[in-house]
Amino acid sequence: MIRVDRKLLEEVASDEAFNAQACFNCGTCTALCPMGLEWLPRELFRYVLLGAAEKVSALTEAVFSCLLCRMCEAQCPRGVRITHNIRTLRGYLVKNEYRIR
Amino acid sequence: MALLAQNLGLRGSVLPLPGGYLTSWAKGLLLPRGGEVVLYTGHMYQMLPVIKAMEDRAKALPPEKRDQLAAILRLVNPLVNVSGFSRFLASPDWKERSNRILRNIVELLRRAGVECGYLYEAEKYAGALAYDLGLDGPFERHARRVARRLRRYGVKELITVDPHTTQIFREVYPQVVPGFDLRVRSYVEVLAERGLEAALPWEEEFVFHDSCVYARYLGLIEEPRRLLTQAGAQVAEPDFSREVTHCCGGPVESLFPEKAEEVARRRMEQLAGLGRRVVCACPICLLNLSEVRDPRQEVFDLSEVLVAALGQKEK
Repeated sequence: MIRVDRKLLEEVASDEAFNAQACFNCGTCTALCPMGLEWLPRELFRYVLLGAAEKVSALTEAVFSCLLCRMCEAQCPRGVRITHNIRTLRGYLVKNEYRIR
Repeated sequence: MALLAQNLGLRGSVLPLPGGYLTSWAKGLLLPRGGEVVLYTGHMYQMLPVIKAMEDRAKALPPEKRDQLAAILRLVNPLVNVSGFSRFLASPDWKERSNRILRNIVELLRRAGVECGYLYEAEKYAGALAYDLGLDGPFERHARRVARRLRRYGVKELITVDPHTTQIFREVYPQVVPGFDLRVRSYVEVLAERGLEAALPWEEEFVFHDSCVYARYLGLIEEPRRLLTQAGAQVAEPDFSREVTHCCGGPVESLFPEKAEEVARRRMEQLAGLGRRVVCACPICLLNLSEVRDPRQEVFDLSEVLVAALGQKEK
């Protein structure tokens, strides 16, 4: 069962540039990722949009493994700002998991 | 990560090193202090010898020991600058090399008729790593401090030496520091605009490795190629090149050194398939690719090749 976390949804909603909603799950990003990150960004973005904070926390290591190299973003057919979205999630995790402000 | 945030907040850098260490490269160059146009090193090249030493030591420790060590350092760090000690571990070869690269860049700019100042000890790390890791609070406070300092020195234009510092000043500072409007250009752009007068035919091709940040964030793709060609070099292009360049793994080096090495090996294989000499334009790529090269291969910084071409022309 997924527990919806308002803080996560608010964090994402407050960032106008966050556009994971545009993803239509084609998998180009996953295929191109130099790190071979299976979770990122598609599955992760689904959890985020659902407000599934526990799932996002469980993926912390993957979120911080992203190289921010934009290989995926350069090829994304939906123009998802993947690296920006990942950075926003890092900011959320830094504040809420690591308590660094 | 907490250590990085502490360092940035308390000492103005993710890896605070003493001013003398960071500015020793500029000795004897007689760069004026400050001025409207300054060369901004952003400390990335100077950090290489220390990053190399820390990487080597981190890889020698099992992950659970690394976590314990990080926890201890985090407690001690507010009182004693633990990162400052890391300079005693710095690799002397890399220290010599990164200092030489910075001197090369000044020489190249001077040869192109560009004179610039330098802020010496007043120059601060720009904050790219903190921004990338999502340390938004510490980064924004730091960026405002750096911007205030640049204003105080009357700086109007920055000439940067690496892609990360270029990108953070050009694209991120204007978003977090109200009114930040400095002109920010990489030395690669400045040189490419002016052209290089040194056409020396090299015996071998150079394989060019694009930095992700230069190529995909800043669209700086033709400039380094033009400079290499003007230096008389033939440029070989790997399949993953230009807008689809393959990362060197460097960005995750501080958190996951083993994964970073894997990515670097994969990239080096692609490059090595085309030639023995690889050229890159980013300090992080330089270190990461050098670390995994076969002894028969060489990895150069763009400035090293350009300066060699100038030197040869005079002979």
